Amino acid sequence: MSAAAEAHSWSRRRRRFLERSTPYWLILPILVAIGVVLGYPLYWLARLSFKQYGLFELIQHRGPSVGFKNFRTVLHDSVFWHTLVRTIVFTVVNVGLTIVLGMLIALLLLRVSGWVRILLTSGLVLVWSMPVVVAVQLWFWMTNYENGVLNHVLSWVGATGEQHDWYATTFSQLSMVTLLVVWGALPFVVITLYAGLAQVPHDLLEAASVDGARPWRAFKDITLPILRPILLILTSLSIIWDFGVFTQPYLLIGQAKTQSGNYLMSTYLFEEGYFKTDFGRGAAISILMLLMVALISVFYVRRMVSIGQETA
Amino acid sequence: MKQAGWNAVGIAVFVVIVFPVFWMISTAFKPDDQIVSLNPTWIPLHPTIAHFTAALHKQYFWTDVKNSLLIVCITVAISIVLAFLAAVALARYRFSGRKAFVVLIIGIQMLPQAGLIIPLYVVLAKYHQTNQLSGVIITYMTFVLPFCVWTLRGFLIGIPKELEEAAMVDGSTRLGVFVKILLPLMGPGLVATSVFAFITSWNEYIFARVLINDQRKNTITVWLSYFLGTSRHTDWGALMAASTLTAIPVVVFFLLVQRRIAFGLTAGAVKG
Repeated sequence: MSAAAEAHSWSRRRRRFLERSTPYWLILPILVAIGVVLGYPLYWLARLSFKQYGLFELIQHRGPSVGFKNFRTVLHDSVFWHTLVRTIVFTVVNVGLTIVLGMLIALLLLRVSGWVRILLTSGLVLVWSMPVVVAVQLWFWMTNYENGVLNHVLSWVGATGEQHDWYATTFSQLSMVTLLVVWGALPFVVITLYAGLAQVPHDLLEAASVDGARPWRAFKDITLPILRPILLILTSLSIIWDFGVFTQPYLLIGQAKTQSGNYLMSTYLFEEGYFKTDFGRGAAISILMLLMVALISVFYVRRMVSIGQETA
Repeated sequence: MKQAGWNAVGIAVFVVIVFPVFWMISTAFKPDDQIVSLNPTWIPLHPTIAHFTAALHKQYFWTDVKNSLLIVCITVAISIVLAFLAAVALARYRFSGRKAFVVLIIGIQMLPQAGLIIPLYVVLAKYHQTNQLSGVIITYMTFVLPFCVWTLRGFLIGIPKELEEAAMVDGSTRLGVFVKILLPLMGPGLVATSVFAFITSWNEYIFARVLINDQRKNTITVWLSYFLGTSRHTDWGALMAASTLTAIPVVVFFLLVQRRIAFGLTAGAVKG
């Protein structure tokens, strides 16, 4: 082999190596960034959960190891279990309301005239765009017991007295949070479901109605199966979001009124771990919470990964 | 007749859903006596902008707007560059470890923020990054980075590979193709993704709340959450004016890009 040919093959090999390693060079920077902003803290989370770590240790940057004590404390604490049950009930109610109402409004969008549809979708997009903290202030004002518009309207109808305090009981507090969360979540669900409904073949529904099928049967046997993948994704996303919801309960109920009786998982973690500066126990709670979310995310992640397999 | 009935239901739903936003704006323009009146006026009579002036002059408003802008712009600028490279890898190459990388990107987006506050706070405290804007930027990267990768990947997939291949055949280098063909075509996608990343970071609350304990370093959402303070007299008009002001940039941006982005989370599902 001549020197020239050898050089040629060498440069080809080099080109092939570069070509093959390109994707790794492309993802390297972001992997490093994720490692720094998330990987390293998560490694610390694991370490923290086995340490006694309070304010003093935070300043010292080190804490004594205590084995599984933090996990034992949390798992033997009835507050944890009550919070877990409350959060699960809260999630089921919120997701249920979001999906059912979302489905109904999406179906309604099919029935109304064009201008009403435009009006309604614009309204939904407007609500969708509201920042969460703004939405909280807004609901806080509307549900205020003195001058809130909710009490005005309800007292006109004669349903409640003039100055009903909506934050008097835990149930009422969490109901207000539910209203706020569902209101905020509806637009995304409605608009996604409506996009899905556009795929249901029209002639199929017409044929069904010609054959005398009742609307409910047509919905159950034709529309629902076609919407199934979207509904599954929306439901799992909503479960993940509502299970971990923080800003709405924390700000609407308010720091002053947040106590173990109305904890949701996130507010529990915030109060017990961060606010009381018991970072070791907080780390144990975080790990338990992250594991639970990881478990419920499996379906969604798998679905999205199969979508992520495609390249152009 | 039946159509009219459905339309009536549709309008009723519209009224209920939009009412809170309407009420916010309406309250913001009302004089105080109409706000606390036992007979609420729906549309402000004699509208006033006094509440807006009060909100704008409230302490730290402009400082905190500036903080938010600074944090958000830096976060988005860094994230979009890193994410674009990774998105090109995902959309254009098959390589071993690709699936693991996709799982990582999707998985991170599912992590509840509350679950991350303890480790982020403790690690940032260790490096003296609490109560610093730079610390907040680091925490915002945790959700902006994966979001940008996934969304940009979607845009890249929409650009046919043939364009680049044709240019390669014509003798362009990879880098040339990237600069001359991919980048211009990706313009709208890059803008839309940046704007949406801007919105999510602008709206963020918990990380900023946890990390910052100096009013001059707060973000605008934290500023708004402290608006009422502990005073007995509640200035609802000013609170609603401040809320409106906080929402305006977000609403404007959101309306611009909603169509392009919103389906990212469920894209594949809608396509079936």
